[in-house]
Parts: sequence; structure tokens; C-alpha cells
Amino acid sequence: MILNVENVTKKFGGLVAVDHVSFQVKKQEILGIIGPNGAGKTTLFNVISGVYYPEEGKIFFNGRDITKVPSYKRARLGIARTHQIVKPLNELTVLENVMVGACFGKTGASLKQGMAIAGEVLDAVGLGHKRDVITVKLNVPEKKRLELARALASGPEVILLDEVLAGLNPTEADEMLQVILKIKESGITILMIEHLMHAIMKISDKIIVLDHGRKISEGSPQEVASDPKVIEAYLGDPDLALRLIKSKGNTL
Amino acid sequence: MKRGYTLIWLIPLILAISLLPVIAHSVIYRETIFLILMYITLAVSLNIILGYTGYVSFGHIVFYGIGGYTSFYLMYRFGVHLILAMIMGGILSAIIALIVGEAVLRLRGAIFAIATIGINEAIKSLVTNLQFLGGATGMFFNFKIYKTYGGAAKAIWFAYWIMVVVTIICLLTSYFIKNSKFGYGLFSIREDEDAAVVLGVNTKRFKSIAFAISAFFPGLVGAIFFFKAGNIEPDDAFHLVKSIEMIFMVMLGGFGTVSGPPIGALLYERLKGILLINPLFKNLHMAITGFILLIIILFAPGGIVGWFRNRFKKLRSLLE
Repeated sequence: MILNVENVTKKFGGLVAVDHVSFQVKKQEILGIIGPNGAGKTTLFNVISGVYYPEEGKIFFNGRDITKVPSYKRARLGIARTHQIVKPLNELTVLENVMVGACFGKTGASLKQGMAIAGEVLDAVGLGHKRDVITVKLNVPEKKRLELARALASGPEVILLDEVLAGLNPTEADEMLQVILKIKESGITILMIEHLMHAIMKISDKIIVLDHGRKISEGSPQEVASDPKVIEAYLGDPDLALRLIKSKGNTL
Repeated sequence: MKRGYTLIWLIPLILAISLLPVIAHSVIYRETIFLILMYITLAVSLNIILGYTGYVSFGHIVFYGIGGYTSFYLMYRFGVHLILAMIMGGILSAIIALIVGEAVLRLRGAIFAIATIGINEAIKSLVTNLQFLGGATGMFFNFKIYKTYGGAAKAIWFAYWIMVVVTIICLLTSYFIKNSKFGYGLFSIREDEDAAVVLGVNTKRFKSIAFAISAFFPGLVGAIFFFKAGNIEPDDAFHLVKSIEMIFMVMLGGFGTVSGPPIGALLYERLKGILLINPLFKNLHMAITGFILLIIILFAPGGIVGWFRNRFKKLRSLLE
């Protein structure tokens, strides 16, 4: 188990954003995380990457308890992430953005090495031609790729992808899926939040479903897709769900 | 990241300006250029926290006052040599920056700026009420102090050359930070602190170190200035208007660049000189400064250097 989340709870005042969630991720696995808006998916990522500390529960990375380890140290241990709402370093060039990832992440590169790594990673995600552009000038899909490149350049063992496919057209989304599969092949474990169902069903080894902060289902894509609780969470009406299952077979 | 050639013209330019008073045998030039060098060092050091790290240290002049008071007291009381007293002034400024930074660097944006003004005012009233530092009237040198340096005239030249050395060290520091891994850590904090920390930047430590470095040099400048002036009082040492002037110089030249703050400082000193001797404008110089600042922020937020960098891409390696 590369990542082990045990009984994690994160509250904001009276709101329980993540409610006693547990799951485990095996090395080189793709774990899909789905759930309706406000289910606590991004908060879960924030807890894993150390932006928030959980009120309850523990997180183990490679067997080590990292529950209280600050965010920047987790990056150095090998947990990288992308943001749903992109956080580019606007006034730096695309290359420099990725260099920051390479220099301060697990890779710990010098500036010179960082530049070389950044160049390679940018080519791999298809942003090579934009390397000297000031980041603020990129469009949103390009910024999403930049987020991915920056996370990859840090040399992670686990990468958290928060809706990297959102806002991409079908061709771009397919390209991105290929990139994600390549990342997996290179030995990196992936956790991804995604709303594009067909994409996440196709690519994930395992899926967990969150609703109102609670994990309501876990299993292979097929198992999850046919779980009535999942259908209810998405459609809100169990009867409707049953009718849909009858009429359309066991797909979402 | 290509190493630029900014220092190739910037350092010789500073040296050339510094030699002018010797070549021209002019004490008036020396006074003017001393002020220019002082402004350059203040602007360049402020730029490390303001331009590189993105934290608007509005009361930055506090470190100039701390350095000035520390060294003045050491020289006045114990006859410590200027160089040693100055270094101790700088170090105390940096240490206070580290301690104060622990609290205020958690704040962001306008709140941080306001907090730094508060620190300046707090330390000013503390010093005003400390009798061993002379209270509100401050301290005066006995002429004897200058004897170590060969008399008052020589002491002033000595202070001048120390200022030249400090300015050049400060510029080199700024340049090497800009082109270092540490510098990239600071830029990432400036652009998005939340992203920086997730990327593995120890933002808290980086901010503290940047703040300490940017406090160290004003400490040195304060020491030299008040040594040369021969007296020190709280209103001069912790003058908030000087803080605003520092910000103006950084913005005018181009924040976040190596060459911007020195250019801004040079121009500001000249502008101030022209305005102050003009009977019509002499009381309005801060108003005019403010107006120019507004124009810069609206039309050329990158300052002079930023504007040139955008206009003439070929100049970029020369104008870092």
C-alpha cells in the first residue's frame, strides 16, 4: 500500500466536508474519486496533500504516518497534485513554472537540471512549443496541462489529479487520457477526481464514491456503476434510478 | 532561465558615478551621490521582499532606523569602529526582521502592509521613550569620534566609500538571489503562495530569510547615514515618508527586477532634487511623487524596466 487513508474527518465549523473516509491505494494503481458537487472530493485531496490537517484519522504514505507533516514536506516525499482551479505562477514563463516543480519537489533538482527536466516534461504533455511564453497568456486547457507538467516534474510517487479533463474537448480529453496512462506506466500511482464518467470508468482500476463527505461505495468501475446507492446519490431518486437500471442496463 | 548581462553595465555605472566626486573634486557631488547610493541600496533591498517575494513592506524604513540607532549607540557609547558598528546594526535589523516576521509574515496583502507600518510606529515610540538612546531629542556625536578616521573631513569620505561598497554588495546580493533556486522559490511565493507550498517550497522559511536579507542592508545604510550626519533622532530614523519613497523608487524602476530599483532610485533622487529647489514645487514634491506613482501603476505596472522589457525583447538579457 503506497497510500493508506484511515478514518479521516475534516470539518469546517459545523460542516463535515470529509466524514470518516478510509481507503487504500496500491502502487501504480489508478484510483478514481467520483461524487456529486460538494461531496468533499477536493477537500479529501487537500487533506492528502497537507493543505488541511484532518480533525480525526490518519494518513500513511509508504507506511509512514504523514498526518501532521506539512504540505511542502509531503511534496518532497513524493506527493504531487494539480488544482481544480488552476494555480499557475502567472508572471513566470511556462518553463519556469515547471522548473519550480522540479527544483522543490521530490526531484530536488538544481536550477540547471530543473530546466532540462522541465523541458522534457513540457514536451511530454504537449506544451513544449509554449515553454518561453508568460504563463498568464495560456488558455485554460493549456494551464491544466501546465499543472500536470509541474506536478510530474517534481518526480512524484503519487499524483493527485483534480479534474484535469474538465474543460477539454473530446480530442483533448483523449490525448490527456493517453498522457495519464503513460504516467501510470512510468510507475506513478494516480488518484483522480473526474466528472467525465466514461473517461474515469475506462481508466480507473478502482473507484470510490463520495457523497456528503461519506464514502458510499468502493470497487471496480463495474461494481460502482451498478451500486444503487451511487445511482441514488447522482440522481436523487431511487425509484428513478431503478427505472433507469431496468431500461438502460447497469450503466450510469 | 538564462543568466543575464545586467551586471556588466550596472556595476561599472555605479562605480563611474561613485568616482565622479573624486574626479570633479566636488564635495557637492559627493553629497548628491551619497544620497543616490543610499537610495539605491534602500530600493534594491526593499525589492527583495516587495518585488521578489510579493510582500509590501510599507514600514521598511524601520530597519534603517534600527541599524542607525544600534550603530550610533555603539559608536557614541563605546567608540566602536564604524565598520563593526554598522555590521552589528545590520545584523540586529535582520534579527528583528526574523522575530517580527514570525508574526507578520503570516499576514497577506494589505494587512501585512498595515502591520509593517504599525511596527515602524511602535519602534519609533519605543525609542522616543528610551532615555539611554536620548529620548525624543536623540543623540549627538562628540567631534572626538571622528578622530579615529583622521578628522571629520576624512571621516565623511570614509563613510562615502563604505556606502559605495555596501551598494555594490547589495546589488550583487539582489542579482544572485534573482538567479538562484532560492529566488525561484520567492517568485513562486509572489505568484501564488498556496501553489508554492504544495510544490514543495518551505514558504515560511523562505519569506523569513528574504525579509531578513531585505532588512539587513537598510540597517547598514542607517548606520552610515547617521555616522555621517553626526546626530540621530527618532523622527529622522523612523520617517514613514522615506518608506513611501522606497516603494516609489522600486515601482518607478520596475519591481522584481535587478536593474529596476537602482534606476528608479537614481531618477527619484534627481526628480526630488529638481522639485525641491523649484519654489513652485518644493512643498508639493510628495504630491507629484504620488501622482507619478499612480500613472506607473495604471499604465506601466512593470515600471521603467518592465516597460522596456516588454517593448524591446532583445534588451531582456541586459535588463534583468
